[in-house]
Amino acid sequence: MNTIESDEVRIAGGLRRLVATIVPGAAVEGLQRLSGGATQQTWRFEAVSSAGSTPMILRRAPSGDIEARLISAARERDVPVPLVRHVLTPADGLGSGFIMDFVEGETLGGRIVKSEAFAVARETLSSRCGEILAKVHSIDPAQFPSLRSSSPSELLQHWEDQYRSTQWPRPVFACAFRWLRQTCPPAPARPRVLHGDFRNGNLIIGSDGIRAVLDWELAHIGDPMEDIGWLCVNSWRFGRMDKVVGGFGDLADLIAGYNQAAGASVRIESCKWWEVFGTLRWGVMCATMTRDFRTTDPTVERAAIARRASETEIDLLRLLAG
Amino acid sequence: MQDQPTPGEMLKTVAEFLRSAGPKQAQPHIAYQVRVAANVLDLVARELAIAPVENTLEAGRLRAILGRDGSLEELNTAFAEALDRGTLSMLTPEVRDHLWATTLAKLSIDQPTYSGYRATLAERTGLANL
Repeated sequence: MNTIESDEVRIAGGLRRLVATIVPGAAVEGLQRLSGGATQQTWRFEAVSSAGSTPMILRRAPSGDIEARLISAARERDVPVPLVRHVLTPADGLGSGFIMDFVEGETLGGRIVKSEAFAVARETLSSRCGEILAKVHSIDPAQFPSLRSSSPSELLQHWEDQYRSTQWPRPVFACAFRWLRQTCPPAPARPRVLHGDFRNGNLIIGSDGIRAVLDWELAHIGDPMEDIGWLCVNSWRFGRMDKVVGGFGDLADLIAGYNQAAGASVRIESCKWWEVFGTLRWGVMCATMTRDFRTTDPTVERAAIARRASETEIDLLRLLAG
Repeated sequence: MQDQPTPGEMLKTVAEFLRSAGPKQAQPHIAYQVRVAANVLDLVARELAIAPVENTLEAGRLRAILGRDGSLEELNTAFAEALDRGTLSMLTPEVRDHLWATTLAKLSIDQPTYSGYRATLAERTGLANL
């Protein structure tokens, strides 16, 4: 509680100086920390000037600089993203991060898959995701030389190392790693910039469809199928298991939307490896949170996410030993 | 012998208290964390109730599969290594049944409302009714 409160005082001070330069003469009102980001801090506030009140977001994240550049590059490719207003510098005294426009809409996956308000939007969400992913994948990787680039086998080794570092045996993960090693696809002919966390929960949805793609901090370079498989992981279907894509759509629509926009010929059959990989990746991410919980982030939320590793174990069994 | 109320009873009461107090928090991220805290207490209560029996069953199955003894962690380490090397396969009935039984028990503690768990239970009940 105390850390959060002192954080708030420090952030309010830094923002006051900064926002007056972004919107001339503007004051900061209604600063509040939003829930939803497990590892990153997201703050909402209003920049209030004589011209009116503009809702904005302060995102504080270690990879804030590159995230802001990715969002701007995506915007140039016609991907719906918030407008980045300012990238934090050391002189701002707020750490790494950036300020962007607040985009109104729903991000809670459970509401997105169930609410009547999105019933019409849901019909085209899957093909629209395909189209947007194709646009993300059209960003020139040469613009982002600092992003990690991996082949599928290197990626698998990375996550296997992460799993082993937890020093906690998980027989289901061992089965999945073996299956993935034995069926691993070759390195892609053209590695692409991947969003890395494109899923229901990181999209701002309105009755009109996708308004913004958020949370670019896991972006990296690799096989475009990785983003497609990740979007299909059961954890992001929020109970609607029959709707493979984010709990709102069908895989055939996603692939059709992707192929049409990318001029590519991605095949549905190649998705299973990446869905298994994505499920295992999420499982390992959860499993490694026990270490964070015991060291840097002893929060209730961290403990709760760590105990979600088992949801991926049952999904992996359903995929591989059903 | 320890005293009463039992840990399960007290955890249940604290979780209920948090659920009634949480929404009154003005800060949305604090209200969210209070809800998560109540869910964590429920998980702990389920583990206290379910794990003693399930861990014993799990260890028994692992001893039979591996033909050796050891702590539950030692047995699972050996089992995971054998699956990784391929000396045991998840597709043999004994191994597959064990993986399912162990995973279903974990989910009944960690996330009894999870879609993959509910769907598996529904499918198995459906099969049992055939």
